[in-house]
Amino acid sequence: MSEQNNDQLIIAGKSYNSRLLVGTGKYKDMAETEAAIAASGAEIVTVAVRRTNIGQNPDEPNLLDVISPDKYTILPNTAGCYTAEDAVRTCRLARELLDGHNLVKLEVLGDQKTLYPDMSETLKATETLVKDGFDVMVYCSDDPIAAKKLEEMGVCAIMPLGSLIGSGLGILNPHNIRIIMESANIPVLVDAGVGTASDAAIAMEMGCEAVLMNTAIAAAKDPVLMASAMRKAIEAGREAYLAGRMPRKKYASASSPMDGLI
Amino acid sequence: MQIEVNGDSIELAEGATLVDLLAQMELTGKRVAIELNLEIIPRSEHGQTELKSGDKLEVVHAIGGG
Repeated sequence: MSEQNNDQLIIAGKSYNSRLLVGTGKYKDMAETEAAIAASGAEIVTVAVRRTNIGQNPDEPNLLDVISPDKYTILPNTAGCYTAEDAVRTCRLARELLDGHNLVKLEVLGDQKTLYPDMSETLKATETLVKDGFDVMVYCSDDPIAAKKLEEMGVCAIMPLGSLIGSGLGILNPHNIRIIMESANIPVLVDAGVGTASDAAIAMEMGCEAVLMNTAIAAAKDPVLMASAMRKAIEAGREAYLAGRMPRKKYASASSPMDGLI
Repeated sequence: MQIEVNGDSIELAEGATLVDLLAQMELTGKRVAIELNLEIIPRSEHGQTELKSGDKLEVVHAIGGG
């Protein structure tokens, strides 16, 4: 690989080469999880925090033995939390689980069917978590006012959904996300709704700093191959963004010169 | 004595510590975090933290999620 990378992703003061963040859920088994994450090139990997009496086959190794905090930046989420209180408790447990690491993904859901974020509870949780020293990456709606409030409260990244979690419908709201990005002074990542490689490329072409996805890879027919596709899509989208796309035009503009026609 | 762990009522010897509880749950050496009566107990204090009847605990670990 590596030439020097002058275009690193910076989150909470730490630099990363990969702009693809991936989840660890919905895989068939630990081996597939490990292979897909490796193929994705992701350096930041989300995990969920759950009671020990559920969630895993006792014969399988523990997730963090396979996806080690020594090799990856582990991003614990508050998935399944519907109140600020539960989200805060979960973050505190996660911090203890990960030896004091402060980086968390905050999600406070409002509805089981849509898994849409409850922005009121999210703002409440954010206030407590930031005061408690957490570096909060926050899953949120594409409401630019709420996004600004979250930034002013001191989150380290804003993560509006592209479409519903696990829906694979892609980026349905590019205009809102663009509005959020225009006034954000912290990284904006698309989190949720990416379905295939072009969705990821579109998010990056818009100027998003990174994309977080889980189902798009895990629920693909060949997750390892899709992880590889996503890696390339993120890189392609980022380069296209940095290259500065051509302007859109209403009418044709010939690519070949008009002089010297026979 | 009876305590509640992860929503279940379990029987534990009097004077048992968190280390004893984890051993009983076959979690010794595993990466877990514990909340006791809504307070996080750091790993370094597990050995000195004695449980009493009616204590309510959450014992969690990391699993796959998005």
